[in-house]
Order: sequence, then structure tokens, then C-alpha cells
Amino acid sequence: MKQWLHPGFWIVFILVLILGLSPIFLKNAAIREVGFTVLLAITMAVSLNIIMGYTGYVSFGHVVFYGLGGYVGMYLIGTLNAPLPLAVLGGGAAAGLLAFLLGRAILRLRGAYFALVTIGVNEAVRTFIANFKPFGGPTGIELQFSVYKPYGGPAQALWLTYYGVVAISIFAVIFSYYVKSSKFGLGLISIREDEDAAEVLGIVTPNVKTVAFVFSAVLPGMLGVLFFFKNGNVEPRDAFRLGFSIESLVMIMLGGQGTLLGPVIGALGYQRLRGTLLTSNAMIGTLALKDFQLVIAGLLMLLIILFIPAGLVGWVRQRVPALRKVLV
Amino acid sequence: MTILLSLQGVSKRFGGLQALSNVTFDLPQGQILGLIGPNGAGKTTLFNAINGVYPPERGQIIFRDKDVTGFKPYQLAKMGMARTHQIVRPLNELTVRENVMVGACFGHESQDLSNAAKIADEVLEFVGLVTRADRLAGSLNVAQKKRLEMARALAAHPYLLLLDEVLAGLNPSEIDNMIQTVLKIREQGITIIMIEHVMKAVMNVSDRIIVLDYGEQIAEGNPETITNDPKVIEAYLGDPRLAEQLLEED
Repeated sequence: MKQWLHPGFWIVFILVLILGLSPIFLKNAAIREVGFTVLLAITMAVSLNIIMGYTGYVSFGHVVFYGLGGYVGMYLIGTLNAPLPLAVLGGGAAAGLLAFLLGRAILRLRGAYFALVTIGVNEAVRTFIANFKPFGGPTGIELQFSVYKPYGGPAQALWLTYYGVVAISIFAVIFSYYVKSSKFGLGLISIREDEDAAEVLGIVTPNVKTVAFVFSAVLPGMLGVLFFFKNGNVEPRDAFRLGFSIESLVMIMLGGQGTLLGPVIGALGYQRLRGTLLTSNAMIGTLALKDFQLVIAGLLMLLIILFIPAGLVGWVRQRVPALRKVLV
Repeated sequence: MTILLSLQGVSKRFGGLQALSNVTFDLPQGQILGLIGPNGAGKTTLFNAINGVYPPERGQIIFRDKDVTGFKPYQLAKMGMARTHQIVRPLNELTVRENVMVGACFGHESQDLSNAAKIADEVLEFVGLVTRADRLAGSLNVAQKKRLEMARALAAHPYLLLLDEVLAGLNPSEIDNMIQTVLKIREQGITIIMIEHVMKAVMNVSDRIIVLDYGEQIAEGNPETITNDPKVIEAYLGDPRLAEQLLEED
């Protein structure tokens, strides 16, 4: 229990709590929209960090869980008239189930092979869903306006999805810290450091890796439901956008993989940068700067990998050993 | 005397290379078995076969009265088998204490984190690494990393400990320390198989020695029998006089 007294946890917890609650206290819809995007990114990054940062398996196509969760949730709401909370759980369960099956099949691959296969899985699932009639094929699922009535109309429903994202992001931070500081987490980090040695030490690597993969998939699945419910429609193109996956990777690398704070700081920093770029009117020659956000993400990733592979938090931990006790 | 480990006709082939052929022996509880042989004789491969890293093609491995042929390394670890690696494999980004805790947490006692931390401190005291407990494992030197390998294996409180060249690369005083440590481990009732190139050490600590050459078991017996066995001298050292010299030098 003493791990819950660790200042490193409380720093992150309070940071996310403040980010999440401020739009609610300000009652400002514009700030809420920014908050929604930031918390979505934080939760994606914190979840992905469990398999990528703790376990050392780079899941490149992680957006597949977000997309599949979103689709399943939208189907539950749109066709079966399920209430939103149930749809969110359903989306999470679907993502978890996919991760479980995938984990059994592809987590035996290591390094670049695993990363490549996850991209393939994302493409395969997208193609499948684009041809899957119950999910609307290529046009996807669109919600009727009347769906929002039980939630007090569309305006109220937007606030409701925001509360959902706040709750999930706070849970993500608690859960990620719990995993990291548990015996299970020690096993994950051992696998990251040397998988063969971990096996010899008695870690049942196939099971442990699969559970970690499921853990990293469930919350993205739930987020997908909230996002597309708020959006009103879901299409294969939006749900399985590989760019979102890559952005999540950049956030983790930027902040520092394998740490609790890193993905949060990275997501926050990346989203701030992206927001600034998108709203800036600056021009480079005849080109608008706002068209460049993905180019900048790519450049950023290149620079991080070249110069600070441990990310911001990792770099600070290396340089200032005294902060090791505070930054987890 | 109870037999802890028994190998019957264990064979392993890598493509055209017969790495192990028909290795057969019984290891009574509490003994130290020395495993020697020239480079490439199949010593580490035998460890990998016993330990489940490469399952043997033929033959049987019985550990604690159970047929464990084809078991995975983690299954064997849970049953009370632990090993060190010839080329050290520390978990670099974890501290020394955390490395040892991994052994205690996931070995056959499956300790929880707080018990594992206690065991880790005891074991680190025992192998003489306690002052480095909070350092990252990657920052240790080779001799310390070998001790860490040993500590990690011991933290599991195994029945059988496989030591793969724990003395290689150590200086004479480090070797003496390590030999004392090995003998103390035996006093705790842990059965040991050790692969070793440092002849004096292996002759002094082993109750029994098996000699491998090209994957075949060419001799078996107590240290005196082995040193006087002409087949061993020929296969392992080439020249009987050189053998005597080597033993004296060490």
C-alpha cells in the first residue's frame, strides 16, 4: 500500500485532475473541447505506454482498438438502442477481446516484426469493417438526432461525454501507476529488459504479455465509443486512422516511455503544439503552416530518437538522479 | 539418497551438428556436479536442455520425480530450478535489488513484492552486493554482474542451481570469494551443477564430475578419477603433461 504515498503518482494524478476539472468549473464549452482532445490523447498515450513503455512491445497500429471499440459502441447505441455507459463498456470489452486474441497470435513476434504486424492488423480490420454490412459498410454508422434526447439533448450529451473522458483519463493514470508499481509490472519491465532472462527467472511471458496487451487496449476502446458518440457518426477512415496511432507514439517518445508522467506530459505538449500550429496563420512561402502538423510530428520523433531516446522525463531522470524519487 | 535430477539419453541436434548425444546421469540431492569439457563440447547446450530453453529431441529429463522433458523455462523455474548465464543478462534499467526481487517474485516460491524485497536484501548481503542495491544493474562491472546473476537465481530459493561459468573473467581473489560463496550455497542444501573452465576450482568443489566432448559424455567420476583418466586428458587437454602443469599453475 505504501506505493500510493509516492509523490510521483500524486503529481500526475493532480495534473490530470486539474486538466479534467477546469472546463467543468469554468462551464466553458470551447475550453471543454480542448480538454476533450487533450484528455483523449493523454489516455491513449498512457494506455499504449503499458505495452510499449513497460513491456517493450511497440504497438504501431494501436488505433485499431479505438476504432473497433468505437464501432461496437456505435452499433450498440444506434441499432440496439443501448444506453451510453453500456455501449462504452461494450466498446472496451470488444477491444479487450481483440487484444486477447491478437496477443495469443502475434505477441510471440519481437521487435520490428511485431510493430509491422500491428499495422497490418489495423488495415485488415479497417477493410473488414468497410465491407461489413451491419456496421454500415464504407459509409459507417450515423446516429439519429433523437438518440441524444434521453441525455437531455445534444448540448447536455456533449458534457456527458466529457465527464466520461475525465473519469476514464483519471482511471488510466491510477491504473497505469498500479500496474507499474505491482509485481505484474515488475514482470513486464523484466520482459522489456531481457525477455529470455525473464523466462528463465520464471515469468510466464506469453500470459503476462497478453494481459498487458489487453490492459493497453480496453481504455482506447472505451474512448472510441465516447468520441464517435459525440461526433454523431463513425466511418472506417476516421476510426482506423493510422496517423492517430503514430501521434500517440510521438507523445510517448516525447514525454518518456516507461514512465507514468512521460506520456501525460508528452500528450499535453504535443496537443498544445498541434493546437498552436492548427490555429496559426503563419505562412512558409505560399504554404500555410497549419498544413504541416504531421510533418512536424515526424520531425519531432526523428529528433527525439536521435538525441533524447529516453524522452523528456527519462532525460531529466538521467541528468538529475535526485529527481528519480519524485518522477515515476 | 534421493535423486533430484535424472537425465536419460538426452540428445540435441542443431542442423548437422550433434550438440548432445545420449547424455545420461543421476544427480543426488545436495551434491555439486562439475561439468567440464573443451569449448564447444555442449556444456551450455546441456544447461539449455535441462532448463527448457531448447527442448531435447530424444531422451527424458526427470526433475523432482516428474518428467519435465519439453517444459518451458518458466515452468521449470516455478518447480525450483534456477540458473545463471555464461554471458551475463542483467535487467539494466532495474536496480540491483529489483533484479533480485524478480527472482524471488517469479521463482518457485512466488513471493509478493515486500517479501521479495526482504529476500533480495538477504541474498545481496550473502553475495556481497548489498552496498550496490540501489544502483542500476547496468552500472555494475563484470564481476558484480556475475554475482548479481547468482543472487537472482538464489533469491528463488531453488532446489537446483545451474551455474554457467561464474568464475570466467574474474581475477584470482574474486575467484576465491566466489568459490566460498558456492560452497556456502551447498551448505544451505541446494544442489548445484557447475560448468567451469577454472580447473582447480572445479576439482576442489565438485563431488562428481562429468566430462563432455563433442556432445558425448566421455567420463564421469570423482575429481581424482577424472584427472587420471587418459581419455579425458587426451580430449580435454591434449597432452598429459600439460594437464598436470595446468592443475599446478591454477
